Amino acid sequence: MLHIYCPHCAETREEEEFRPKGEAHIARPVEPEATSDEDWGNYLFFRKNPRGLHHELWYHAAGCRKFFNVTRDTVSYQIHETYKVGQKPSVTADKGAAK
Amino acid sequence: MSEIAQMDLNPRGAVKSESPLAMTRVNVVLAASARDAGVVVREKPFLGHLVLRGRAEDEAFRAGVERVLGLALPLALGPVARDEARGVSLQWMSPDEWLIVVPAGLEFDAEAALRRELTGHYAVMNTSGGQTVLELTGPKVRELLMKCTPYDVHPRAFPVGKGVSSVFAKSSAVIRRVDEERWELVIRRSFADYLYRWILDAAEEFGVFVAAGDASHSTSRAAVRELAAEAR
Amino acid sequence: MSQQNRLGTGGRIDRSRPLRFSFNGQTLEGFAGDTLASALLANGVDVVGRSFKYSRPRGIVAAGAEEPNAIVQLGATEAGQVPNVRATQQALYGGLVAASTNGWPNVDRDLLGVIGSVGGRMMPPGFYYKTFMAPASLWPKYEKYIRKAAGLGRTPKEKDPDIYDHINRHCDVLVIGAGPAGLAAALAAGRSGARVIVCDEQDEMGGSLLDARELVDGRPASAWVASVLAELATLPEVLVLPRTTANGYHDHNFVTLHERRTEHLADLAPSINGRRQVRARMHRVRAGEVILATGTHERPLVFANNDVPGSMVAGAVSTYIRRYAVVPGRRLVLSTANDHAYRAALDWADAGREVVAIVDAREHPEGDLVNEARARNIRIIPGSAVIEANGKKRVTGAQVARIDIGGFKVAGRVETLSCDTIASSGGYSPVVHLAAHTGARPEWRDDILGFVPGKVPGMTPVGGVHGKSAIAEALADGAAAGVAAAQRTGFKVEAPALPKVAKVREGKAAALYQVPHVKPAMRAPKQFVDPQNDVTAAGIELATREGFESIEHVKRYTGMGFGTDQGKLGNINGMAIAARCLKQTIPQTGTTVFRPNYTPITFGAIAGRHCREFFDPRRFTALHAWHVEHGAKFEEVGQWMRPWYFPRGNETMHEAVQRECRAVREGVGILDASTLGKIEIQGKDAREFLNRIYTNAWTKLDVGKCRYGLMCKDDGMVMDDGVTACIGDNHFHMTTTTGGAAAVLDWMELWHQTEWPELEVYFNSVTDHWAAMAINGPNARKLLAELTDDIDLARDNFKFMDMREGTVAGVPARVYRISFTGELSYEINVQANHALHVWKALFEKGEKYGLTPYGTETMHVLRAEKGFIIVGQETDGSMTPEDLGMQWCVGYKKPFSWIGRRALTRPDTKREDRKQLVGLKPLDPQLVLDEGAQIVLEKEIRIPMPMVGHVTSSYYSPNLGHSFALAVVKGGSQRIGQTVYLPMADGRVHAAEVVSPVFLDAEGARQNV
Repeated sequence: MLHIYCPHCAETREEEEFRPKGEAHIARPVEPEATSDEDWGNYLFFRKNPRGLHHELWYHAAGCRKFFNVTRDTVSYQIHETYKVGQKPSVTADKGAAK
Repeated sequence: MSEIAQMDLNPRGAVKSESPLAMTRVNVVLAASARDAGVVVREKPFLGHLVLRGRAEDEAFRAGVERVLGLALPLALGPVARDEARGVSLQWMSPDEWLIVVPAGLEFDAEAALRRELTGHYAVMNTSGGQTVLELTGPKVRELLMKCTPYDVHPRAFPVGKGVSSVFAKSSAVIRRVDEERWELVIRRSFADYLYRWILDAAEEFGVFVAAGDASHSTSRAAVRELAAEAR
Repeated sequence: MSQQNRLGTGGRIDRSRPLRFSFNGQTLEGFAGDTLASALLANGVDVVGRSFKYSRPRGIVAAGAEEPNAIVQLGATEAGQVPNVRATQQALYGGLVAASTNGWPNVDRDLLGVIGSVGGRMMPPGFYYKTFMAPASLWPKYEKYIRKAAGLGRTPKEKDPDIYDHINRHCDVLVIGAGPAGLAAALAAGRSGARVIVCDEQDEMGGSLLDARELVDGRPASAWVASVLAELATLPEVLVLPRTTANGYHDHNFVTLHERRTEHLADLAPSINGRRQVRARMHRVRAGEVILATGTHERPLVFANNDVPGSMVAGAVSTYIRRYAVVPGRRLVLSTANDHAYRAALDWADAGREVVAIVDAREHPEGDLVNEARARNIRIIPGSAVIEANGKKRVTGAQVARIDIGGFKVAGRVETLSCDTIASSGGYSPVVHLAAHTGARPEWRDDILGFVPGKVPGMTPVGGVHGKSAIAEALADGAAAGVAAAQRTGFKVEAPALPKVAKVREGKAAALYQVPHVKPAMRAPKQFVDPQNDVTAAGIELATREGFESIEHVKRYTGMGFGTDQGKLGNINGMAIAARCLKQTIPQTGTTVFRPNYTPITFGAIAGRHCREFFDPRRFTALHAWHVEHGAKFEEVGQWMRPWYFPRGNETMHEAVQRECRAVREGVGILDASTLGKIEIQGKDAREFLNRIYTNAWTKLDVGKCRYGLMCKDDGMVMDDGVTACIGDNHFHMTTTTGGAAAVLDWMELWHQTEWPELEVYFNSVTDHWAAMAINGPNARKLLAELTDDIDLARDNFKFMDMREGTVAGVPARVYRISFTGELSYEINVQANHALHVWKALFEKGEKYGLTPYGTETMHVLRAEKGFIIVGQETDGSMTPEDLGMQWCVGYKKPFSWIGRRALTRPDTKREDRKQLVGLKPLDPQLVLDEGAQIVLEKEIRIPMPMVGHVTSSYYSPNLGHSFALAVVKGGSQRIGQTVYLPMADGRVHAAEVVSPVFLDAEGARQNV
């Protein structure tokens, strides 16, 4: 049972209020018709499954109904930060879990 | 027809309306009176419910809402803006969404007034038929709520005035703390029977009493026009 | 028997309140304050059960959660049956009825005991798998008897009348365990004003203080406990929960507490003032800080026949004597490797019974307790251990010998001491289970010969659980942690003044787990490591010899620490034995993973209030009461309760559906369509958004017009469908499937929020706001005309796929001329509070037109006659619009590459042999094919053979006069006219002709009248 900070409600809420929506930052190709079958397949079906830091998209279903991003450690389940859609994470696997 | 179609959905003539709880049967042992009960449940049916969407950062939008409702637009989760005397409340639901509750029958005029005053990108949606309000009062309401929602209802996390929306039993509800021992739930019509019976069942150990549904909040149409007039 | 082991004075029991209870059919007496275990011991009950595998007689070993043997079936009534209750954790009440879980036909004469006693080699680990492996078909039969013999308790056969619930709690500091460290922590944190919860699994708070020999501030330790509890009771933000076990420790300091509120009072929960009380409550606690004060479990020594009743852990002996005034025997031999266990011998002597000897594994024991024993002339045998117990149903003697721990051998002659009780202590294992639930691996500490909890963010271990067992040390540790935890959650407080407790000097303990025997372990009498799962030292040796080197594999091979035990009593001993066999250290060997729940928990407590009518929410439309009143049978669609059909008189479902189908096609029928998802869309970019989210075009839809739309996922597969109406230029009313409503709204929000935030559009669910009533049939217009005077119903003024606003039966309405039946049809939408009025008015006027209510079954038949799909029935996430023959609904020319478009040009989605929607006409016109039936191309059935599709919908149509089906078939659109076959499980093979999926009125004439 995760305890998740919603950056829109500015409160930490129970996991029951949220729904996970998979990997974050999956951008739809801007020109789908100019995208190769392979790239389109990658966009549709291929996702990371890292051991360690993972950027995820979550939905505050029972709260503000906003989507946001969560940087979570898939081993410890520690949440390093949450941030709004359109923002960049400040904690990444390259930079290391600074916090 | 225009860009947005607005429609008064309330009948002019004699039509028997039914709240979402009209069909509900109570199957717990109720306390003999409100005084014997740790929790008193009362429905506030037929209120006007509007969903307001818009840009909080737009000053004209904020000012327009305030002109119409006489309440400042809340800009973050926290206290519900409320005018008890006029029976109007305005609750932050999301960075671009607010719940407006007005007395029964006033939703059309409130919407019209908002549409007159607001410009730019916004939306007003009538949900009066889809929601109802339950009022819970009594010394055991907080404990009851702890059995229903994972949201922290302790006074330190949930001071008087606050409103949130959260999980409630296996559904969801808007939870508002009106006073020390007075709370409101805004629940969806189709889940109302489930939630109402859940609440009575969970409250049974504290003693629960159902107070008669109250229609006295329905203000006359004249009051609506007053409200709308204030907007101008 | 009459409590022959009860002392005349002392203990925390109330001798003025005798309580009668029944155990295995025998009526016995104990006192208020007893546990079931202490009352059984008071009455001299030696055998409390039979062991799981070998069926050996077993007695009470411990006094707490770690008890492996005294596991009983509880319940005076059938409805009140609870399996797997530890007698050591069950408070005694008058009228309690308990029976041994294991033992068939009874504990004293046990059939399997005969097998078990023939010899250890007969049932080594893996015995059941190896012996009963073949033939596999007989396993269910074997299993039945093995289970009966093994006895895992049983569930009640009657409905449990009690209520259970869950409560969500949030606190700053959660203290788990109310011994000295826990109470000091709770007091310190509580005084700060922080929200504190302190729980303890026992009936009484105080833990080890309740049987401590030490004085606290010159008074019995229990007096200090009482004073702390009194103060905690005055602190408004402190919640004290006795009889509450922290059962699971989850992520981010989420802890589930299992509170037993009435199980100490009676079989079933009593009512108070006529109000049913909650029997058990699960507290779902989110804590800022967790203070883990779970203490230790004493390890018994592993010696031969160490499971004979009368063999106990030393601390339990002290607990029974000091707390319950029960001496569980007459003549005691204590075998120990540490000082602390000397308490058992001293307490035994204090009780006036004989201590035969203290057998100490250390050559030179010294310490305050050792000296006290010496001063009382108790015989101490150093450098030795009990290597074997004598006796069958009760210890009759102890075989004692000098041992060489390092060389793991017996180093001297064997002396037999006559006794009826052997207390043993191999040391104290911190209760690390909860911390381990979070994934934190326990860490070995050589200085305390035990694993301590691994690091968990926001968790502080205090007291015995990290080696600070001495009372003074535990108090100081707990108080400091309480202050620190309060501070970290934003509360300031001074450390409380701590009571004075004399320090007891203790000598260093020896690391003794398995005691060497004169024979090798494989040939010595059984040396039990985990009595609950009947795991022996020899079994672990065998496992390591057979190549199981990981402790997790040893666990699975032997069963050590399985089930309700979760490695409380025996795991460390087992790991030590595995380590010795593998010639490695205990930390190298590591521990197994301890999992929730810490102790067994009833399904009632797990389910809480989420059962029966509250198992899943049921959603109702505004017209539900009318449906009930008119005899509707209901179908669950998602969480909605929808009328399925409306039988008249004694009609069968088939008869009712046939009648309803005819009524719609010949007269007029009415459907409650309120459950359809409805989404209001407003904003200047609403059209553009619809263009992107739907497969078809929306740019040119005029105000007052409706259009059917298909929604795909970006993989090109159909996910939902529905009619959307243009209400205003920037204003749309979308409908979705009943089951898809929430998912579609989330889907739209997802795209808007994450991909196209620049589009100026807002959505909101109005599903519940509108009630929708669909009148269908040739008489629909005439009926509607009776109830409206402001809507022009003329055919050319209110066309098919038009929307009009007006008044129906005096209620403002939006009327959509759309049709899911292919008939002339109007869907009347009104604000839900006014719906019943309109519905009733329709029936008042509808009688003369034969207005017939119909349900979902008729709706399904009628739409299938028209070849209209139902998403989720004709689709399964692998059907494209073209697969469904719905190319007409795909706007390839739209400028924006809408959701799903790109995928429709991938090679796989363009294959010609994809499964495509077709109609099937069974050759037998009366035969209704099974939905889900597989389709093959050849009549001769040879398995395996290629399956080319399946039936998605199948009905009998009174309008067509024959049965028909919809199906998906590979390359189906090219197979029109072919015959396909449907082999059934019973050997029959049905045949059907592939036809167009549109069976009725392909031109759509009926809906355009």
